[in-house]
Amino acid sequence: MSENLASQLSVKPSRFNMNQRKREAITGYLFVSPWIISLLIFTAYPVIASFFFSMTDYNILRPPEFVGLKNFQNMFFEDPLFWISVKNTVYYALLSVPLGLLVGLLLAMLLNQKLTGIGVYRTIYYLPSLVPAVAATLLWLVILDPRLGLVNQGLRSIGLAPVGWFQSAVWAKPALILMSMWLGSGSSMLIFLAALKEVPQSLMDAAMIDGAGALQRFRHVTLPLISPTILFNLIMGIIGSFQVFGTAFVATGSANTAGPLNSMLMYMLLLYRNAFRYYSMGYASAMALVMFLVLVLITALTIRSSSAWVYYETAGRQ
Amino acid sequence: MNSAQALLRSSPEMVRIRRRKALRQALQALFSHSILILVSVLFFVPFIWLIITSFKQETQVYTDPLVWIPDPVMWSNYPDALTTPAFNFLPLLKNTLFYVVTTTIGTVVSSTMVAYGLARMRFPGRNLLFIVTLATMMLPGIVTLIPTYVLFKWLGWVGSYAPLIVPAFFGSAFNIFLLRQFMMTIPWDLTDAALVDGANDFIILWKIVVPLITPALLVIAVFNIMWTWNDFFGPLIYLSDSKQYPLVMGLYAFRTRTSVKWSLMMAATLATCFPLIALFFIAQRYFIEGITLTGLKGV
Repeated sequence: MSENLASQLSVKPSRFNMNQRKREAITGYLFVSPWIISLLIFTAYPVIASFFFSMTDYNILRPPEFVGLKNFQNMFFEDPLFWISVKNTVYYALLSVPLGLLVGLLLAMLLNQKLTGIGVYRTIYYLPSLVPAVAATLLWLVILDPRLGLVNQGLRSIGLAPVGWFQSAVWAKPALILMSMWLGSGSSMLIFLAALKEVPQSLMDAAMIDGAGALQRFRHVTLPLISPTILFNLIMGIIGSFQVFGTAFVATGSANTAGPLNSMLMYMLLLYRNAFRYYSMGYASAMALVMFLVLVLITALTIRSSSAWVYYETAGRQ
Repeated sequence: MNSAQALLRSSPEMVRIRRRKALRQALQALFSHSILILVSVLFFVPFIWLIITSFKQETQVYTDPLVWIPDPVMWSNYPDALTTPAFNFLPLLKNTLFYVVTTTIGTVVSSTMVAYGLARMRFPGRNLLFIVTLATMMLPGIVTLIPTYVLFKWLGWVGSYAPLIVPAFFGSAFNIFLLRQFMMTIPWDLTDAALVDGANDFIILWKIVVPLITPALLVIAVFNIMWTWNDFFGPLIYLSDSKQYPLVMGLYAFRTRTSVKWSLMMAATLATCFPLIALFFIAQRYFIEGITLTGLKGV
């Protein structure tokens, strides 16, 4: 990867003398100036400021008041909702991330066949990804109606017990996860499909001649070659699922409820409530900061672990 | 083909082997198609149910047994749903288009300029800027949310589209990265010749580079349209007047009303999804490329 980066960064010399160089630099800064401004105002300042806000009591109307680590103390020791939201979010992430990877990969493998009309299937599988989260949630509220919804009647007709979905403390999160599979598999599927198409046929043929069965070919040829893509989808999946908001927010009906027994109170929902309902900007900042640090840690650990299971072609060649 | 081979090909043994192979292939294709169709049904049934429900009388939405063919077909659900004060489709669509078009123009123009600077100009700190851009792509949005909101509040922009649109005019990490990668593939000789002829960088960018990277520009435009069309969180926290709402927010507001008819809500839901799905069928290639490029190797 580092070698890759270095070769991308080197640029062929093209301009003529020192004076010209200076002019080029000035023009260059001119071209990138919007982005530098954006990085300073919309990235650097907020990241730094969130450390400051997290240590204040701030309701927007009055200037922020420094309170030290009180927000963190409240969060960890006094706010029961905080731990409920952590539990819900971890539950959601632990199921939806691996399931999402698996479904995305399986769909991509289904589509990676040479058959007539395969493009039509690809379109159908991708279509749900175009639906806004709000719209998808409304549709699934109808489909997953506990009494007379499509899914429960289907379950009943094959002799299974119907479940309460969004109206049950036990089934609300599985309902959200089910919906996220429908809504979100399309993009990871396309990313996996692109990776699968890169697996050279010659390697597959060679493995076949050596007597490798379909499973062995998948395990020892395909999987190593698409492992960088698995890593990418894994990291994006983790970052996305920890910040899940729209589906849970709409499924609960209003901003002040979060499903039966707070079963859909996701971390972002609680943060939203504190920031934009109660205007406890300090407390919400502290929550955001904790989530940020946790995500940085998880991402770093995932990337570090990747050297054990991700195969990079360039590294193999050296 | 010599006669020995021809003889071998037409031998009963060979014919049988070939037939068996053809049969096996046909069976395999049949099997694959069955699975593909089964999965298609799983993905497609919710859409079908959405369409069916949107044409139902309210009393037929929740029934046992299920009603698969609405009777009567309520064509009037659409005019009813799309003109209620709670979900006034045309103004909502107008707001969405305003949001989509302005941010798309903003991000395409600004990201192209920045990418050109990163790809084709030399200045101190350029490599650092590129690495920072890469890092920004992984930054979770949650950490910048509140300070950014406070900033916009201080500027007096909360309650307007400004917080949603203005940042787009300063570039976005993913778009800049993508366009830079495309620009790196353009041969230098091409632009150097123009430089010798006295063209400045804006002319080179506009006349030489932009035509060469048009497919990439369409990819990021389509990508941004999709993202903005579906954006819920931004409008939720920054807009307060329902006259300003984009479609997705209008749909959410419709849902929060107490006496809501599900048949009408499904009609509104379908109307919210439809324009984007139509665009997808026109520009499918750019949608798929956009997603695929997100997973670029070695990032």
